[in-house]
Amino acid sequence: MKAILILADKEIRDGLRNRWVLGTILSFAGLALSLAFLGSAPVGSTRAGELAVAVAGLSSLTVYLMPLIALMLAFDALVGEFERGTMLLLLSYPVTRWQVVLGKFLGHIAILAVAVLVGYGSAGLLLAWSGGWDVEGAGSYLAMMASSVLLGGVFLALGYLVSVLARERSAAAGWALGLWLFAVVLYDLALLGLLVAGGDALGAGQFVALLLASPTDAYRILNLIGDRAVAAVAGLAGAAARAGIGGLAPVAAMLGWLLVPLLLTLVILQRRDL
Amino acid sequence: MSDSEAVALEGVSKRYGAAEVVREVDLRLGAGESLALLGHNGAGKTTLIKVMLGLTRPSAGDVRICGRRPWERGFSALRARIGYLPENVVFHDTMTGRELLTFYARLKGRSVAVVPELLERVGLGAAMDRRVRAYSKGMRQRLGLAQALLGEPVLLLLDEPTTGLDPVLKRQFYELVAERQRQGTSVLLSSHALSEVEARTDRIAIMRRGRLVACGTLVELRRAAGCPTRIRVRAAPSAVEELMTTAAGVGEARLVAPGSVEFACRNGTKMDLLRRVSALGELVEDIEIVPPSLEDIYDRFSEEAAPQ
Repeated sequence: MKAILILADKEIRDGLRNRWVLGTILSFAGLALSLAFLGSAPVGSTRAGELAVAVAGLSSLTVYLMPLIALMLAFDALVGEFERGTMLLLLSYPVTRWQVVLGKFLGHIAILAVAVLVGYGSAGLLLAWSGGWDVEGAGSYLAMMASSVLLGGVFLALGYLVSVLARERSAAAGWALGLWLFAVVLYDLALLGLLVAGGDALGAGQFVALLLASPTDAYRILNLIGDRAVAAVAGLAGAAARAGIGGLAPVAAMLGWLLVPLLLTLVILQRRDL
Repeated sequence: MSDSEAVALEGVSKRYGAAEVVREVDLRLGAGESLALLGHNGAGKTTLIKVMLGLTRPSAGDVRICGRRPWERGFSALRARIGYLPENVVFHDTMTGRELLTFYARLKGRSVAVVPELLERVGLGAAMDRRVRAYSKGMRQRLGLAQALLGEPVLLLLDEPTTGLDPVLKRQFYELVAERQRQGTSVLLSSHALSEVEARTDRIAIMRRGRLVACGTLVELRRAAGCPTRIRVRAAPSAVEELMTTAAGVGEARLVAPGSVEFACRNGTKMDLLRRVSALGELVEDIEIVPPSLEDIYDRFSEEAAPQ
């Protein structure tokens, strides 16, 4: 456990040193603040609280930004150390391979959590302070923050998988970018195409299953449909009611997308003949 | 196999897929002893070091490091007492030397209080708070050595530690290693040139295509190599004929220039030849004796064409 903490601590220090932490916090805060104050103007007099509006706006941007940031943190994590020769050195220390992966994960997710906490948290506090406070909205805002960190965790794990499979850093970068494009754009486009082309052939249950199969859509469901006030803003309340999705299924789907790639990474690294 | 031996390899082979990188290597390194592992690139040196560290498991054979097998439970604790410097390691260059060494010290379970002192000892005292990015090649290599020296190691494994260093830096590097050895640490270092490690280690082992082809002191290797000592004799051009017949049967003679003959003398024939040549008296103008160079000896063992 101590080795994991030392490794996590190093990742956090690296993040602080090369301005990753600062950059991520600033981009999250900038995003949240501009959405909160510019975005609320046209809504004007809806019944929904300002926090709920912010959740709808923020989560639909986080779904693009967070996977990108997480993949950029993770794609280099293993292949980069192998390429620089520091992985061999690290493994000659009293450190196991799974400790290396878990230490990096812990450090990276801490960076993302702090960025979300500071970036989104500050905007949330400002919103609440300026009069948009309501209990339900605060709840969904906090849930959005937590699920954003979870989304980051998913793409960290996927990034490590790319990093352990790639032979070179440049290849890992390419794969990570492709993965991002597929997960946040292409998958949904394909799903949309399927809906348009297939029409009624696709049952509601199958559609929901296909949505849950993607971690980004699971995140969207969690934040846009999971909460009634937010769903009203997003205009998805009806869809949610029809599909009958609770909050548990998307969380389980995202946890699966975090644990499976992480375990695969551990197994592949463990079996690699150095 | 006693526990006091730092390294004991018996019949170690390692294959990656179809390629057999290390073949049936037997090698021992006693406590406090130093050994240079020589060979061309791809001879299997790095793989052998990885086997010793337990980073990869041998396909066959037995490995004991300080009496323990690297793949058995409990070896992890021993890792804190092994110093390793990988070949061509590139440290995170945004960290300072002090930060980097602090990280490694904590990972080895050592007090971070030793860090400044250790950096001072390898001559990085003034540069410890500068980023590694600004370090020269020699400074980086000394930082790598400092990392390996953490926690009073019982065994140092240095993979081509002086490649790319200029002669002065090389000497400084070996002095630091020798200092550690005097304190009882066993040292194994690899290199691809015999001239680099001459007189730096107690013994020398030479690998060729995964096999250990020679192991011993420099004197022993010199003898085993059987490389000829070359004797160049300059005489009056008219005396060359006589010179050749005098030395017949002792060494191979070759006319290298008008009036200049080179004899290649193998084991023990040198004095005989010299006696015969000097018996020619004033016909001989000059005698030059060229013992086999370190390169000759090394090539003898490491060249593909050389006899087993």
